[in-house]
Amino acid sequence: MAERGLTDSAIELQDVVKEYVSHGEVVQAVKGVTLAVGEGEFFSLLGPSGCGKTTTMRMIAGFEEPSKGVVRLRGEDVTNVPPNKRDVNMVFQSYALFPHMSVWDNVAFGLKQRRTPQEEIRRRVGEMLEIVDLTGREKRRPRELSGGQQQRVALARALVNRPRALLLDEPLGALDLKLRQAMQLELKRIQREVGITFVYVTHDQNEALTMSDRIAVMKDGLVEQLAGPREIYESPATTFVAGFIGTSNLMAGTATAGVLRIGEGRVLVPQHDGEVSVTVRPEKIILSVDEPDGDLSVVPGTVAEVVYLGTYNSYTVSLADGAEITVFQQNAHDSTITAERGDSVWLSWQAQHSYVMGS
Amino acid sequence: MRRLTPYLLALPSWMWLAIFLVVPLAAMASVSLQTGNVIDGFVMTFSFSNYGDAISAYGTQFARSLLYGGLATAAMLVIGYPVAYWIAFKGGSRKSMYLFLLLLPFFVSFVLRTISWGFLLSDDGILFGTLKGWGLLPPDFHVLATAFAVVAGLTYNWLPFMILPIYVSLERVDPRVVEAAQDLYATRSAAFRKVVLPLSLPGVFAGVLMTFVPATADPINAQVLGGTGNTMIGNIIQTEYLVNNDYPTASALSFTLMAVLLVGIFIYARVLGTENVLEAAAR
Repeated sequence: MAERGLTDSAIELQDVVKEYVSHGEVVQAVKGVTLAVGEGEFFSLLGPSGCGKTTTMRMIAGFEEPSKGVVRLRGEDVTNVPPNKRDVNMVFQSYALFPHMSVWDNVAFGLKQRRTPQEEIRRRVGEMLEIVDLTGREKRRPRELSGGQQQRVALARALVNRPRALLLDEPLGALDLKLRQAMQLELKRIQREVGITFVYVTHDQNEALTMSDRIAVMKDGLVEQLAGPREIYESPATTFVAGFIGTSNLMAGTATAGVLRIGEGRVLVPQHDGEVSVTVRPEKIILSVDEPDGDLSVVPGTVAEVVYLGTYNSYTVSLADGAEITVFQQNAHDSTITAERGDSVWLSWQAQHSYVMGS
Repeated sequence: MRRLTPYLLALPSWMWLAIFLVVPLAAMASVSLQTGNVIDGFVMTFSFSNYGDAISAYGTQFARSLLYGGLATAAMLVIGYPVAYWIAFKGGSRKSMYLFLLLLPFFVSFVLRTISWGFLLSDDGILFGTLKGWGLLPPDFHVLATAFAVVAGLTYNWLPFMILPIYVSLERVDPRVVEAAQDLYATRSAAFRKVVLPLSLPGVFAGVLMTFVPATADPINAQVLGGTGNTMIGNIIQTEYLVNNDYPTASALSFTLMAVLLVGIFIYARVLGTENVLEAAAR
């Protein structure tokens, strides 16, 4: 393994800004991102398209130079170092395999460029192809492989160089759902096996939640929240994060003495007064015909839509103030309720499942 | 009926090929083996010696044509590749305008353009006359009627046919593939040599084919720019047909030229036109 750097962070971005001039106007794609990716971490940059996540990654790779700020790899300032001199490798969105080379030559490319001895190239490429399960396909051309196989070649081509960090730009975007889910687990396995830091760019929240140790949710060139998947899901820092991660139900209004009234209902918002917004995950809400007892948030509503989704039903419930709340109910055989469109129902959940943001 | 439709649709082109390619070729093949003259008529005598005679008489011009054609093709490659590269990778939103500029000369007849070059390059013309007047060139300096003028003319006339196919192949190179090479520690020049160049070889291959064949067979440039000492095989064929009315010799020369070019192309394609070359270039 390569020698350890000065800090614990594999990658550090400090106040990184990227500006473009487009039609005579300065556009900030990244408006000041500061983050540190730990050694061996699976780190995701998550956000909608145009949020600056890809630009951020390209600045780590060296394809874009930051307008301001510093990029460090293991403590070493690489802000103005070209990509071919940076010890990170990238897996491109469309794989960008060399179409005129065999699988073997694709994977061996980086090692050859670094003038690695023949014998070592043979050994390392062979080992890597085994890890990604492509042994026996060395002589194939990329176009003779399936999407999933091409994906694994791209991964092997980057990983064989044992980079300090691997950057992945929406690498599963081109695969169908089933393959994508299989590759998510595969990626995670490979990452554990090789122990290399992964920086993963995606707009797919499920992907990010499944694989990441930590996630930076980005919006408009800024990091909205940087935390582990559970924290991001359970306690989103902003309304945007709440809305972007998973299905989220938003209720807003004016609270008095820790209670937000919606129609005949009450939402418990302890220690809040004035303007508040409350988010609740759909799977935390219980649907019932009668008003439930206990120290719960309780809101009445009308079923506007029922969607049967196999393992669970998804109900859309309209509240008195017009808000629409999504509720997931497991299709267990002891299901508490089967509500139809137009039925009046009660929604209830424990106070701890409300995520409250004051104004 | 429906099954026949594609064949029926292809029929006009087959007819065209039959009438305007196969028939004349067959006629020419027959004429090349005849003897006689215009006044008394030509008779089929299966005189294969026509070929031997024609080649031994005009071997020099044959060799010169292949040399000039080859030099012009090499010059076009050296000039054309960077142009194609620049348009493909740096052309941005103006790509189509640059391509249009490239094709603009075709709106003027090929012969007229060559004659204009004759004016431009003439010994006391607008360019050299002026330079000589200023004393910047010796009074006996000339370009017209030299091998250089002919090769330059050929290069000028077919350059777009070299640039366009190379442009097309470069245009298809995914810029991310080049980035991938750089990401894998390749310098800019290594990324070009290992990735861009091999991927553009099919275009180079097509460009060379599309320029070498017509440049080698062309009579106009040698006639207008070459003077008497730089006659190419195209001029000979033309003279034999139109001036000497020696149809058998002209036909035999045409066939020989065609055969030489076809064999050359075949060898070229076998050596260069396969994926092995791409792979070799990638190593």
